[in-house]
Amino acid sequence: MTEKTIVKGSVTGKVLKSNQPINFLGAIDKKTGSITDQKHDLSGKSIKDTILLFPHGIGSSVGAYTIYSLKSNNVAPLAMACQKADLTVASGCALANIPLFILSPDEYDSIKDGDKVSLG
Amino acid sequence: MELTNDEEKSLNGEHGEALQTAYRILSATGEATNAEKLVPIHWAHVSGVNYNTIGDAGEEFLANLSKKAKFKVRTTVNPMGYDKDSVEKFGLDENFIQKQESIKKSYKKMGVTPSFSCIPYEVYDMPQEGTQVAFAESNAAIYANSVGKLKTNKESAFSALASAITGKSPYSDLRKADSPTMSITMKVSEPNELTFGLLGYFAGKVADKSVAISGVKNLDKRCNKSLCASMGTSGTCGKFVLDDNSNTSERVDFDEKEMQKVYDELNTTDSGDLVTLGSPQLGLEEMTDLAAMLKGRSFKKRCLIFCPRAIQEQARHLGYAGQLESAGCELLSDCCTCLTPLVTKNDADSVTTNSIKGAYYLKNSNGLDVNLKPLSEIVRDETS
Repeated sequence: MTEKTIVKGSVTGKVLKSNQPINFLGAIDKKTGSITDQKHDLSGKSIKDTILLFPHGIGSSVGAYTIYSLKSNNVAPLAMACQKADLTVASGCALANIPLFILSPDEYDSIKDGDKVSLG
Repeated sequence: MELTNDEEKSLNGEHGEALQTAYRILSATGEATNAEKLVPIHWAHVSGVNYNTIGDAGEEFLANLSKKAKFKVRTTVNPMGYDKDSVEKFGLDENFIQKQESIKKSYKKMGVTPSFSCIPYEVYDMPQEGTQVAFAESNAAIYANSVGKLKTNKESAFSALASAITGKSPYSDLRKADSPTMSITMKVSEPNELTFGLLGYFAGKVADKSVAISGVKNLDKRCNKSLCASMGTSGTCGKFVLDDNSNTSERVDFDEKEMQKVYDELNTTDSGDLVTLGSPQLGLEEMTDLAAMLKGRSFKKRCLIFCPRAIQEQARHLGYAGQLESAGCELLSDCCTCLTPLVTKNDADSVTTNSIKGAYYLKNSNGLDVNLKPLSEIVRDETS
């Protein structure tokens, strides 16, 4: 179903979907998993235990550590799914063992915020 | 991505835990960049050094890794949280200092070159054109590809670390003779470094892996660094080429209106309580230039200047460091404006800077208001 698997895994969960790229370093509190960037469309929401859908990661290369920290602090998403892959999200998910998928444009569009989906 | 037999064995853990971790990361980044294989790299520049950004989980990860891993190629590192010469002037707690020292120790144990700089391209001699390297720190990766004519992915902290340990990196499009699919026409007249920073932030948002920029002739170092740093902040784009005749399928203009939009997104106040210069850290040319601009003048408020230690030593030897200090500047090495724990809401409500990257993180991570101005206006308005 997915176009590409970057980090393997099989999960079922509720989707938290964003239309904006995420800068993991600047926009997320690694202790709580809340989006702190007030201009982000997920502002104030927690990514914990969600299937996080967002276009792709941006910004600091250290964002990979934020993804690893989210997992260590038990506030990470169950899985992530993107439109395109970037190295920060790919390497952070690889080390934290968070399944990461790249979805086809149709599939990405068809999944809505709040949907319950199974990936992998 | 195809792995050799030996790489496959490493991935399966036959050569130890450190190499297994490294190959797990490279396998994921290889898939992410559609690379068909891994290629040798000759220099790794690693980010993830500042305790302020990597936190307890990062500190513990590096302490554990350093028991098993050794860097296979020359590996330089990004800035950390403070300058040990002046750390007592800033209100950092004991825990911060202890964790930061532990991170330094872990990198040392793995065999790092202790650069603590985000501008390795100004501290060290650049290898010959076309050399494959692995630079995390987005401004350095974009600078290496676009100005230094080296080849690197826009690496992440972990992918560059994995490359440091294995001496390899995915052979992605950015490592090949890749041509941009989009070009941006610069339509703003009389641009300065802030204009190029705003252009870079815009480019990062709209471009994919690489971008052509037309209407720009030669860029000086300050403008180049500003462009690279802001492009790395807003997107995934890892390279620009200055080209007036590119044959790209997509074309967009960067005019006054677009520039104002980016400025309004990042500038949140008309005046700062203090001035910070250096994100990326200042090189010798910029320090020399600033010393000349400040001749006979003095800052009316606190001004922090961030530069690599090697550059500060050179500037001191040549007399420029003393001139900058006489003009009221505080020189800080081994750390940077970007993601600094040294400027917090306890110290100030707002900061004046010419750095788009600095502004983004001062606002989003440190919660401060930011006043963006080109250096010439900072000198005009904040000194007498």
